[in-house]
Amino acid sequence: MTSGTELLPAPRGGTGTDGRRFGALRLFGGKAKGSEEAAKRVQFSSPYLPYLFLAPQLAIIFVFFYWPSIQAIQSSFYLEDPFGFGSTFVGMTNYTDVLKSGEYLGIARFTAIFTTLVTFFALSIGLLLAVKADGVIRGNTTYKMLLIWVYAIAPPVAGLIGMMFFDQHIGPIVELAGWFGWDIKVGLNYFDTAFSMIVVSVWKQIPYNFIFFLSGLQGIPVAVREAAAIDCRSGFRRFWTVILPLLAPTAFFLLIINVTYALFDTFGVIDVMVKDKAANNPITLVYKVYMDGFRGNDLGGSSAQSVILMLIVFVLTIFQFRFIERRVHYN
Amino acid sequence: MFKKISLAAFTLAFSATSSFAATNITWWHGMAGRNGEVINEISQKFNEAQSACALTPVSKGTYEEALASGIAAFRSGEQPNILQVFDAGAATIINAKGAVVPAEDLIIKAGHSFDRNAFIDGVRYFYADSEGKFVGMPFNSSAPIMYINDEALKKAGVEAPKTWEEFEAAAPKLKAAGYIPLVQSQLTWQFTENFFSRNNIQFATNNNGYDSVADTKLKVTDPNLVMMFDKLKAWKDEGYFAFYGAGWNDNQKVFEEGKAAFWIGSSGSFGGLQKTAQMPFSATFLPYWNAIEGAGTNSFIGGAALFAMSGKSDEENKCVADFFQFLTSPEIQYFYHKATGYVAITKAAYELAQKDGYYKEKPVAEVGIKQLMLPAGDWSKGYRLGFYPQIREIMEREYGRIFSGETTVKDAFDTIEKEGNDLLARFAKTAG
Repeated sequence: MTSGTELLPAPRGGTGTDGRRFGALRLFGGKAKGSEEAAKRVQFSSPYLPYLFLAPQLAIIFVFFYWPSIQAIQSSFYLEDPFGFGSTFVGMTNYTDVLKSGEYLGIARFTAIFTTLVTFFALSIGLLLAVKADGVIRGNTTYKMLLIWVYAIAPPVAGLIGMMFFDQHIGPIVELAGWFGWDIKVGLNYFDTAFSMIVVSVWKQIPYNFIFFLSGLQGIPVAVREAAAIDCRSGFRRFWTVILPLLAPTAFFLLIINVTYALFDTFGVIDVMVKDKAANNPITLVYKVYMDGFRGNDLGGSSAQSVILMLIVFVLTIFQFRFIERRVHYN
Repeated sequence: MFKKISLAAFTLAFSATSSFAATNITWWHGMAGRNGEVINEISQKFNEAQSACALTPVSKGTYEEALASGIAAFRSGEQPNILQVFDAGAATIINAKGAVVPAEDLIIKAGHSFDRNAFIDGVRYFYADSEGKFVGMPFNSSAPIMYINDEALKKAGVEAPKTWEEFEAAAPKLKAAGYIPLVQSQLTWQFTENFFSRNNIQFATNNNGYDSVADTKLKVTDPNLVMMFDKLKAWKDEGYFAFYGAGWNDNQKVFEEGKAAFWIGSSGSFGGLQKTAQMPFSATFLPYWNAIEGAGTNSFIGGAALFAMSGKSDEENKCVADFFQFLTSPEIQYFYHKATGYVAITKAAYELAQKDGYYKEKPVAEVGIKQLMLPAGDWSKGYRLGFYPQIREIMEREYGRIFSGETTVKDAFDTIEKEGNDLLARFAKTAG
C-alpha cells in the first residue's frame, strides 16, 4: 500500500503502487527470460507443494491488497456512520453523488493535467540530465551523486522545502518571481499553488528517473554506439534513431512509475503545500479521498472515490501495456 | 550482602505487583509539541495523586487523526477509555449513539456530584445534548479574540474598536499610518461560527442542529453574514483587510512582524505570540455589529473535549470519572490555563487565577475567558452539525474564491448552503 518513504497514511484501496511496480519489473524479467525458464522447469513430486511455497506471498497479497480493495468496494455501496452502528445500503448513490459533483470533476480534471505535466517534465528533465551525465568523464561520480541524493528526501520533507521556497513572506522563488512582476501567492491563488506543486513534485522525481535512464544508457553496448557514430555525424539524430529506441524499455517502465507517482505518491507534497487546508487550492483525487474519508469520516463516499481511482489505474495500466508496450523492444 | 540484594529484589517485586493492581486507562489525544507535553504532565500528576488508577496518554497526531484512529479502534473493539475530539468533530461522535458514555452520567455513577453551573457559560452547551447534559467533558477551550498592535494604535491615534462600525471608522487612519488595519487566521471559526454566536443569529435549523439530525439545514445565506463578507471584500479592496489564504500562520505572521494593527486569533495564541511578536500587543473581544439587534453575546468554546468511550468495565469507567473530577479541579485547571494559554473552564478556576494575580501580570490571558462569560443569547451556544469538517472545507474553498475574485459573496454562500445541506442530508442518513 505505501512505499517505504511515505509517512502519511495512504487512503485505502487503489494505491497498490508497489504491487504494480514489482509487477512491472517481473514482467520485464518474464519477457526477457521466457525461453530460459522453459529450459529450467522444475518438477515437483506433489502437485500441492508449489502452492505451499506460494502461500506466504499469496497471503500477503490477499491481506494487504485484495482484502482492503474488497472492503472498499463493499462499503462504497453503503452509507454508514463512522463508528459502525448503522449502515444503509444505498446502491449506486455514492457513485452518482460523486460523479454529479462539479467539484469532483474539477479535481479530476486537475489531476489529469497535473499527472501529465509532472510525468512529462520529470521524464524529460531526467532523461536530459542522464544523457548529459553519461557524457561526463571527469568527476562523474560526484556529479551523479549530486543529482541522485534528492531522491532520498521523503515526500513530506520535499513538500516542506518546497513550501519554504514558495512561502508568501520569505520564499526566495517568490522574491525572484517578484522581480519579473509575478506576485506568487501559494495557498491563495489556484494557478500559483498548482505551479508550485508541479515544480516540487517534478523536482522530487527527477533523480529517480535520472538513475534509471543513466543505467539504461550505460547498458547500451559501446559497439552499437561506435557503429552509429560511423554511420551518422549528427549527435541529435543518433540519439533519436539509435539511443532512444534502445532506452524504450526503461522509458516505458518509468512512464508507468511516474504516472502512479503523480497520481498517488505526491500526496505528501500536496498535503504540506496546502498546509492541511485545501480551501480553493488545487488538489488531486487521492487527496480528496483522504479529505472525505479520514478527515470527514464519510466512509461510503470516500470508498466510492477510491474505487473510481482503482478503475482509472486499471484502465490506464491496460492501455499502457496493450498499446504502448507493443512498440517497446526488449532485445 | 546476598540477603540485602534479595530483600531489595523482593521489595521491588512487591511494589511492582502493587502498581499492577491499579486499573489502567488510556487517553488518546491530538496534541503535539508543548501542548502534548502538558498532557503528559497532567497525567503524571493524576497518577501521583492516587494509586487506584494508572492513566497513559497517547498522542495520535492531529485532531483529525486522533478522531480517525479512535473510530478505527472502536470498530475493532480496541478503543481507548478517553478520546479527545475537536469542536468540528463533535457531531460525529455525539450522534453515534452508544459510542460514548455521557461524561455527566459517568461522573454521577462513580459517586461524585456534578454541577453544570460550575462551568462558565461559553463551554456549557457545546458538547452537551439538547437538554444540557454533558456528553463530552470540555477540556481545552479557546475563543477567537482580537489582538492589538499597541504601536499602530498610538501612531494612528485610534482606540481599539468594540464593534465593526468602530473598526470601519478607524481603518482609514491606520492605513494612512502605514499599517494593514485587519488580518485574521480562520474565516470559518472566527467569521462564520462565532459570527453567529457574537451577533446572536441562528446558524442552522433544528436549534442549530442540537435537536435533531433529520432535515437540519444551514442558514448561511443570512443577510447579516453576507453583509459581513461583503464588507470584508470591500475592506480588502480598499486595503483595510489583508488575506493570505486559509493557512493560519501565513496570516498571523503579518501581525507578528508589526505590519498589521489588528489580528483575529485564538485566546490560546498569546503564549506563542509573546515570543514571536516584534512589538507590544494587547487584546480585546472579537468585534460585533452594533447595527444587529441583540448582538454582543458570548462566543462558545473552541478547541476540544474528552469523551469516555463505551464498552469498558465499571472499574475503568470509575477511573475515567475520577480523572474528569481531577481535571476540573481548580488547581489543575489553573495549571493548564497557565501552561498552555487555553482558558480555564470552571468558575472556581477562574477565581483562583484572579486571586493569584495572574491576570494583573498577563491581562491578555483573561480576554478569552471574559468573552466566554459574556451574557448568552439564544444562538450563542454553538452548533451541532454532521460532516462539519467537510462543510468547513467547502467554506474555506468558497472564501478563498471570494478573495481571489473567482466568485461573488452571494454566489459563494449559495454554494456553501447547497453543498452543506447535501452533506447534512447525507449525514442524517448515516445517523438515522
